[in-house]
Amino acid sequence: MKSLDELRQLREKAQETIRLREQAGGIRIIVGMGTCGIAAGAREVMLAIVDELQKKNLDDVIVTQTGCAGLCEKEPLVEVLRPGEPKITYGYMTADKARAMITSHVVNGQIIGEYVVAKEDDVAE
Amino acid sequence: MEFFRSHVLVCSGANCSLKGSRGVRTAFVEEINAQGLDKEIKVIETGCFGLCEEGPVVVVYPEAVHYCRVDPQDAKEIVREHLAKGRVVKRLLFKGDMELPGVQTWQQMDFYSRQKRVVLRNCGLIDPDNIDEYIARNGYEALGKALSAGPDKVIEVVKKSGLRGRGGAGFPTGLKWDFTSQAPGEQKYLVCNADEGEPGTFKDRLILEGDPHSVIEGMAIAAFAIGASQGYIYFRGEYRLSIDRLRNAIEQAREYGLLGKGILGSGFDFDIDIRVGAGAYVCGEETALLNSMEGKRGEPRYKPPYPASVGLWGKPTCVNNVETLANIAPIILEGAEWYVNIGPKGCPGTKVFTLTGNINNAGLIEVPMGITLREIIYDIGGGIPNGRSFKMAQTGGTSGGCLPEALLDVPMDIDSLEAAGSALGSGALMIMDDTHCIIDVVRCLLQFFCHESCGQCTPCREGTRRLYELIDKIARMEAVEEDVSLIKRLARTMEDASLCGLGQTAPFPILTTMRFFPEEYKAHIEEGICPAGVCNARSHIA
Repeated sequence: MKSLDELRQLREKAQETIRLREQAGGIRIIVGMGTCGIAAGAREVMLAIVDELQKKNLDDVIVTQTGCAGLCEKEPLVEVLRPGEPKITYGYMTADKARAMITSHVVNGQIIGEYVVAKEDDVAE
Repeated sequence: MEFFRSHVLVCSGANCSLKGSRGVRTAFVEEINAQGLDKEIKVIETGCFGLCEEGPVVVVYPEAVHYCRVDPQDAKEIVREHLAKGRVVKRLLFKGDMELPGVQTWQQMDFYSRQKRVVLRNCGLIDPDNIDEYIARNGYEALGKALSAGPDKVIEVVKKSGLRGRGGAGFPTGLKWDFTSQAPGEQKYLVCNADEGEPGTFKDRLILEGDPHSVIEGMAIAAFAIGASQGYIYFRGEYRLSIDRLRNAIEQAREYGLLGKGILGSGFDFDIDIRVGAGAYVCGEETALLNSMEGKRGEPRYKPPYPASVGLWGKPTCVNNVETLANIAPIILEGAEWYVNIGPKGCPGTKVFTLTGNINNAGLIEVPMGITLREIIYDIGGGIPNGRSFKMAQTGGTSGGCLPEALLDVPMDIDSLEAAGSALGSGALMIMDDTHCIIDVVRCLLQFFCHESCGQCTPCREGTRRLYELIDKIARMEAVEEDVSLIKRLARTMEDASLCGLGQTAPFPILTTMRFFPEEYKAHIEEGICPAGVCNARSHIA
């Protein structure tokens, strides 16, 4: 290769092969982005989460989106999966709550009880 | 890009290979094919994870489940249970982890979670024979960054980072680069010292096996900084797998144009050749190493002049250790400030240690400088096996010091250990329990120095022999009071007058143990008994 740009292009492609390994240990945050979620403000919640992760430099956290979970009443829903711990679903999220959740739950491992709407008994994989 | 739902990483490091990891890999491939899972699951040979005691180690992604002591039959069970049905084979988890609810990822295990991996960032995570996987982990980005920043800027960053040589002497790397860069001369050389001869040290070997490109990238950056167009790696001859991996890595880097002419479109040319040693301890000393490379006897040179001004074939040469070079790319990418904030002031960064001897989790670890020996032994190392108690830790290999229990809380960094009367050295940590006799251990070490002294200078050639005789006299319960002062005088002379580090540090084990374990010397000399019951006492013979 002849330039740094070429190297970077190659890297992007190569990263796909090992992404599976890099994500394995991390925390996953899944935001409900169905019509109901978006109508209730999931977009702002998602933006707040991404922004807060960036600020805190938590680049090992994986953020993904999912469709309607059937619990439209409590949208926006955010699921947090910490490896080895039960899946926690937060409801009625707002941007501020999402930021607080990242500080407390993602960084320090402290679940914010009053936002929780569901706790899965099975351990997250 | 082919997608695999699961990756099976089998350790192919030196220790796991000795325990049969190649057969384990074959068993995985065969069983995966037999189950028809070969389109979904990929088997990869990777470098050392570090938990060598529990090898062969296998990690299964995406769950990042860490299996220990896997044999070929176990491998088949993992395929049938875990990979086919999603059920983790709990009996193969790390001891103690089987009782935990759920399954930890390997990063969550105590052994790993307490470590900080900078040098070993890719070990156990990538396929060392595949340059793409190194590039995927930000590989060669630092080289690109360095090339656009210019040599002066690179030296400045490394200076600011406070990185000190990881081969044992702890000389500031940035300063060394600066000296070589400023030395007059058109042709300059960069040499990577991979002649890891210190007994109990195998970190460079596992770095090179697990992540060869990290060393190549570090070398290219160093060469660019000092103005060298040719680099050499001087290998210890026994490191066959490291040599193979590196040779393959160099070829891949050449194919990608990351070595050779006009690297990444810049005007910088650099290539690397391999030189293999023949097993002399003294050739780890940089000037003896240079002599050996020139085809001469591996004997140290007089210093000054230092290699920075008169090195390989008389040209300015910078000699850096493997681990030092593997630190370079992260420093360039993350910046000096990031590095300074790891570990204590004056000695920043991490250190790779090889844990050996009487310890439960023997293997390879990387921790921030300044962590205490107690944390390493009890939190990461899992303590002393067989219910025995800790007696002594030898830090830095044979030429390092011996630490007693009272110094377990000394921070493990270059300056603190020196102040405590020991040395960090190359990163060997040999742990000994109370079944060992200090005199007997020191006798072994001094025998090693006798054998390895190159014989060029008298203080070392004669001194190592006489020191051995004196400690042997103590072990045989024949020593008298005067022998102690003779040892001290002789040790002084060797420290002052020996030509190189070998003779200068050879008395170190005896001096540190005399200081920290005076009662053992007293028992052997005055009472004629060996408290540990190891030495063949005269009274026992009679």
